[in-house]
Amino acid sequence: MDLDNLYQDIILDHAKRRLNSGLREPFEAEVHHVNPTCGDEVTLRLHLDGAGDDASIADISYDNQGCSISSASASVMTELLIGKTVAEARPVHDAFLEMMRGKGRVEPDEDVLEDGIAFAGAAKLTARIKCALLSWMAYQDALIQAQEAQHG
Amino acid sequence: MDGLLPELEVVRKDFPILERTLANGRALVYLDSANTSQKPQCVIDAMVDHLEHHNANIARAMHQLGAEATEAFEAGRDKVAAFLGAPSRDEVIFTKNASEALNLVANTLAWKGRRQLGEGDEVVITEMEHHSNIVPWQLLTERTGATLRWFGLTDGGELDLSNVDELLTERTKVVAFTWVSNMLGTINPVAELTRRAHEVGAIVVVDASQAAPQLRIDLAAMAPEERPDVVVFTGHKVVGPTGIGVLWGSSELLGELPPFLGGGEMIETVTMARSTYAPIPHKFEAGTPPIAEAVGLGAAVDYLSHLGLDAIRDHEHAITAYALDGLATVPGLRVLGPLDAERRGGAISFEIDGVHPHDVAQVLDSRGVAVRAGHHCAKPAHARYGVQSSTRMSSYLYTTPGEIDALVEALEYTRSYFKLG
Ligand SMILES: Cc1ncc(COP(=O)(O)O)c(C=O)c1O
Repeated sequence: MDLDNLYQDIILDHAKRRLNSGLREPFEAEVHHVNPTCGDEVTLRLHLDGAGDDASIADISYDNQGCSISSASASVMTELLIGKTVAEARPVHDAFLEMMRGKGRVEPDEDVLEDGIAFAGAAKLTARIKCALLSWMAYQDALIQAQEAQHG
Repeated sequence: MDGLLPELEVVRKDFPILERTLANGRALVYLDSANTSQKPQCVIDAMVDHLEHHNANIARAMHQLGAEATEAFEAGRDKVAAFLGAPSRDEVIFTKNASEALNLVANTLAWKGRRQLGEGDEVVITEMEHHSNIVPWQLLTERTGATLRWFGLTDGGELDLSNVDELLTERTKVVAFTWVSNMLGTINPVAELTRRAHEVGAIVVVDASQAAPQLRIDLAAMAPEERPDVVVFTGHKVVGPTGIGVLWGSSELLGELPPFLGGGEMIETVTMARSTYAPIPHKFEAGTPPIAEAVGLGAAVDYLSHLGLDAIRDHEHAITAYALDGLATVPGLRVLGPLDAERRGGAISFEIDGVHPHDVAQVLDSRGVAVRAGHHCAKPAHARYGVQSSTRMSSYLYTTPGEIDALVEALEYTRSYFKLG
């Protein structure tokens, strides 16, 4: 595979800037996810404003140790999802997962995924799919926990 | 360069995979042999020949093919026994891999028998173990109420033996450690540690997964007080196939441990109420064993013996010294583990400032250089040195100085690719 196809400028740029990184208060859920094959880790906090599908994602903060793909992915995800409602975030999340699990055969929709389409190259590399998905899976888990806590 | 295997180019021809090319026509530079080694043609041929001409189940088939298959399988055991210098060939047990061999010992020590562990007993391991030599002991101590303790590591990547008298006491029942570290490369003082452990009456289990490929092992030549009670290794790292591992254990200990898995071949007689068990080695080999794999493993250890383990060790030493020199020229690179090739094996883990190991391995792969990135199943050892993961190059008997040059050049390219000057 062509390296530049994997390490697109968007990815290298996000990996360096790590938008929204650092752990912040307040939050309703905090989760810790690990990629068991390489040991990459992310701690992610989610702060919702409101309840149910209309709740808005007020903040996603995180602390991660990982490669450029997993760091960039966390950065891109927070940039995409913060400010959206839970309902608005869902199709973006679904589209990212569909692209990453599509073995490089899913044509990503730039209108939905914006910078996220840069990970289409990583989707072709079995060893890197988990890197790109780590923070997205953590968000999904945090959302379930935050909503349970609200109902709780 | 001194110390390289004579006729290295001829030796390389024994390994067909080394001739293949990768994407974009790049030559393969295989530096992941601590993960698994490549296979010489003679091993591949031995397995194919067995399957083409001698295939049958062993022991229970009363026909000519059955006799041939049994003979071939048991010849594999003889060859492994010779490779280890085992005092008796019946002390060689075939398992699935090194992990299963370690689990066999750790499980049977939890069960009823003379050696059964209990509360108040202690198991001592080290911080540089592969997860396969950590988790089974955690399970054992959790199940029996025994306590798990461990040797720490020095800043230089060696075992910290300064508290050996405090760690090894009459409560110590098992001491388990690796001969050669798969992450740090460190070669541990097997004879000394074994003697100290035996002095307090503990049994000693040595993980030789990384030692067997590159150090000469001669169990019979070791002084009895310095000879471990168990030595395990895995077939695929000694140019043999996957799916087979070896547990050597002293007859005395293997006689005392209860059976591990129950099934065909491990019995003497079976009634509905109870069974009696076959003597070793069959006591620990329930079910149809990996037959073609044993044939392949026999061919593999014969191949290593033919090249000579001392010559292989010299080769690894020369390549490792050359690699350490080469890596030292890469700015921002830090080697984890001993810096003296004399004191280590051929696996070298390192970090590069500013580039994550996953990204290093990816760029190296684009140049045809295959290395491992991650925690190499040694998370505690990484944590000890304050790193979460590393990149590891590991050479073997077929590695050339030119391949080390290719690695160093690819690392330079990695730094420039990620704009580190
Ligand atoms: C030191 C050490 N111990 C144990 C193992 C486990 O070997 P296997 O996975 O074949 O059981 C390995 C290899 O991965 C190793 O390097």
